Amino acid sequence: MLEDKDRIFKNLYGRHDWGLRSARARGAWDGTRELIEKGRDWLVNEVKASGQRGRGGAGFATGLKWSFMPKQVGDRSHYLVVNADESEPGTCKDREIIRHDPHLLIEGCLFAGAAMAAHTGYIYIRGEFVRERERLQAAIDQAYEARLIGKGNVHGWDFDLYLHHGAGAYICGEETALLESLEGKKGQPRLKPPFPANVGLYGCPTTVNNVETIAQVPDILRRGAAWFASIGRPNNTGTKLFCISGHVNKPCNVEEAMGIPLRELIDKHAGGVRGGWDNLLAVIPGGSSMPLVPAGPDQADTLLMDFDGAREKKSALGTAAVIVMDKTADIVKAMARISYFYKHESCGQCTPCREGMGWMWRVLTRMAEGRAHKREIDTLWEVTTQIEGHTICAFGDGAAWPVQGLIRHFRPEIERRIDEYTAKSPPEPVVQAAE
Amino acid sequence: MAVRRLAPPEIQPKEFAFTAENIAWAKQQLAKYPDGRQASAVIPLLWRAQEQAGGWLPQKAIEYVAEMLGMARIRVLEVATFYTMFNLEPVGKFHVQLCTTTPCMLRGSDALKAICQRRIGDQHHITADGKFSWLEVECLAACVNAPMAQINYDYYEDLTPESFEKILDELAAGRTPKPGPQIDRQLSEPVGGPTTLKG
Repeated sequence: MLEDKDRIFKNLYGRHDWGLRSARARGAWDGTRELIEKGRDWLVNEVKASGQRGRGGAGFATGLKWSFMPKQVGDRSHYLVVNADESEPGTCKDREIIRHDPHLLIEGCLFAGAAMAAHTGYIYIRGEFVRERERLQAAIDQAYEARLIGKGNVHGWDFDLYLHHGAGAYICGEETALLESLEGKKGQPRLKPPFPANVGLYGCPTTVNNVETIAQVPDILRRGAAWFASIGRPNNTGTKLFCISGHVNKPCNVEEAMGIPLRELIDKHAGGVRGGWDNLLAVIPGGSSMPLVPAGPDQADTLLMDFDGAREKKSALGTAAVIVMDKTADIVKAMARISYFYKHESCGQCTPCREGMGWMWRVLTRMAEGRAHKREIDTLWEVTTQIEGHTICAFGDGAAWPVQGLIRHFRPEIERRIDEYTAKSPPEPVVQAAE
Repeated sequence: MAVRRLAPPEIQPKEFAFTAENIAWAKQQLAKYPDGRQASAVIPLLWRAQEQAGGWLPQKAIEYVAEMLGMARIRVLEVATFYTMFNLEPVGKFHVQLCTTTPCMLRGSDALKAICQRRIGDQHHITADGKFSWLEVECLAACVNAPMAQINYDYYEDLTPESFEKILDELAAGRTPKPGPQIDRQLSEPVGGPTTLKG
């Protein structure tokens, strides 16, 4: 188990004050100037060497992403944008950083700004986080007041940091939709290329990073890349905030080492699965967009919670939001509800997504009752493959994968319900709705 | 995607203008963005307009913000209808946004839904005393404290049918219940005390 000394978020549970003085006592804003003075290349290389991969879901290497920014600043300003639009079902980690360790985030923004030659940063926070927004703004004000950021600050890198908020659209967590929203438009993703590092906010070079990613940076730089890289496994380094929700005895957030076995994570920190480990039905390891992993010796029992570990089970780490379902869960209904989420949140730009989300939800809702034909399971699978990879952004994939995960692992359950329903009443013709 | 339309003309106010205080506030917001990029402030300004109008966004407020930012009305209307936190129709004094996404559903949000239905009525309906309205919303990012609801600005977490009813009772009686977890628990810590950061 990770030791407390290796934990980055020492005030995760808000037991201590969030303000500047306390944050400093916990190690924030220490030696910041000296680190910035080592220069842009050093900052990028150090983050590269740490092996840190983005904590927002996609797991792209942070240092590499930073290195895509133009080497020279031309006539277009460089921008840092922090994605605090935390909305992936199951995920509630950035909220804790914002509420309880905001200075780590602000200091991380300054480092990231210096590393990509940006003098301006925007933090885009989801609109529902009203109290969190007030807290973060208060922390930013403290940092300005103490001249830690702003023009002519004590760290020698001019950097303005602004807080911006959304108004309830999951899709704005997608980086280009976020940029659109920040420019004052509907949050509809942009085609890539061009990538934000070339054409981002206001057409300028921009890098978008997740809150947790940025808030980890000060500790990575202060303690050294080697420290971060020594935790976890190669290609899956460092610590991670895990959000454990659903059917566990003690749902919680916890910072642990990457690669921790799922069972250890749940048993040690979340008080175990309700009714014991044998009562586990399935787990969604990385937020609702990722395929579920069923219970079993080759599945959840041996799932290691990092990027490669989750991929071995045909899922993904995503945001490390672990949604646990025990045997009392109605798995088909649970997945139908996830499909409803995607139907609600589709931005409507691409036809396969706009039409497909509602279609999948309606079919899954019928399947949850058993009111379907068995051949429709294959049709549903087929539709998921027609959505996946056929949309501008990854939203379509993220909505298709959980349905694929359900069919892959719980087809017999869907069929059982259909049999049960059919035994009671003859099936309705499938084409009825189309006529 | 959902169809979201403006409230019918008969309930639309005839005019809207920011208070002097809000105009000063709006100017501060505009200073966050580069010259010529004032459209960036559209969401914060619409949000402030909604607050000033009593929790919903009248057509005149949308047009006012468009005027203020030098944007075409249709562009601001697009934003107002796209983002679901803009209430296009009036809401109650206490607007309950109940999360029913899977993590909350697994921990009993259906029972809370039934309470809203019984006490308040259908979604978007305002109680006769004007105090309550409710809406089923998507994940509010407090999943380890599920089930939960946001009432106006505050999150009420770790709800049970009993504690949820009590919160609604308190609000109806003019009192302000304490936000956050409604069980004996420190925020997102495991119940019974932390397994880490004990020092």
